[in-house]
Amino acid sequence: MSDLPLFDLCLRMGDTCLVLAQRTSEWIGHAPVLEEDIGLANIALDLVGQTQLWLGLAAEVEGKGRSADELAYRRDQGAYRNLLIAERPNGDFGHTLMRQYLFDAWHYPMLQGLTASSDSRVAEIAEKALKEVSYHIARSADLVISLGDGTPESHARMQAALNDLWPYTGEMLIVDEVDAALCEAGLAPDLEPVSAAWHAHVEATLTQATLAKPASGYMHKGGKRGLHSEHLGYILAEMQFLQRAYPTATW
Amino acid sequence: MTTAPFHPAVEEIWSWLSDVPDPEIPVISLVDLGIIRDVSWQDGTLVVKVTPTYSGCPATSVINFEIERALRDHGIADLRLERQLSPAWTTDWISAEGRAKLTDYGIAPPVAGSSCGGGVLSNPVVGCPRCGSSNTEMVSRFGSTPCKAGYRCRDCLEPFDYFKCI
Repeated sequence: MSDLPLFDLCLRMGDTCLVLAQRTSEWIGHAPVLEEDIGLANIALDLVGQTQLWLGLAAEVEGKGRSADELAYRRDQGAYRNLLIAERPNGDFGHTLMRQYLFDAWHYPMLQGLTASSDSRVAEIAEKALKEVSYHIARSADLVISLGDGTPESHARMQAALNDLWPYTGEMLIVDEVDAALCEAGLAPDLEPVSAAWHAHVEATLTQATLAKPASGYMHKGGKRGLHSEHLGYILAEMQFLQRAYPTATW
Repeated sequence: MTTAPFHPAVEEIWSWLSDVPDPEIPVISLVDLGIIRDVSWQDGTLVVKVTPTYSGCPATSVINFEIERALRDHGIADLRLERQLSPAWTTDWISAEGRAKLTDYGIAPPVAGSSCGGGVLSNPVVGCPRCGSSNTEMVSRFGSTPCKAGYRCRDCLEPFDYFKCI
């Protein structure tokens, strides 16, 4: 934990949006139908826009003269604070959608809580992002239901995706010392009502999708502290290539 | 030789800005779109506050460039653009004139009053901009730009863009 909990908050929100956007954009040109290709690209774009806002604020509160771009392109994986679920590989289209849905169901109530932040800059970003995320969750929930309650093949794929991703959902909801400090300072919401909202939304959606909620068990953690899976290194190697190879490049 | 500072009234500046087209949808102006939130003189500098439509909209930097160019072309030397995030842009700020121009252009305008206040989406009845029928269906929540959704008319069978509400 840095001595600036607000910096940590901005990195956690911004890095999660950035890594998920990078993952999602791997689909561009490869989605099963044109509308979904465009939908994935639009969601990735929204998340990149939100990243710019969060990392811009991170740079401002850090006060060391770094820009949002420098935070995105010049940090190694140990300095990234994204949730592990964001770096999970795409898998098939259903797997990507399930990851998006499980994240959206957290992102939405988290942003709602952040609109009441004691820091007006945080509240403003959350207010802006919430409007975009309301479309993300509407789309991802609709598609999880359509595919879960679809053909035997789509149902089986969605259940497999859910089982595979479930151990990565706990990290969003389990309070660590940074979360506690943020809540104490009024900068971020208590995660307990966020967790309750997440469970309620997920249970309702899975019921409609005829999918079985996995038994709660071991949950992977570490992303929020900079301990990542091997996947993040590959993501950053691709995303940061240009700025690493040509450090003075401008355009 | 010095000349007196050129500080035209803000009403005149608003009228200049109402001639600057949106780069993605050039039939409507930036003023019609409702993204220019304030114009004021502060200690001899013209300050224009602009709010983004979508946080990741790639047109944002082009929009700022077009505003600056238009104002410099009118002779404004000292000017500063500021980003204003709150209150977050809502499609309810698109002017009546802007809505009419969108329809003429083939884009169904956002249904007034259906913006997602607090993030709650409604599913308004969207009229077809070609034949006027309200017998339409959503094809995709995401369209050709971040601000649009894909729709189809069940009567004239044409696909069309809907400027979705946020």
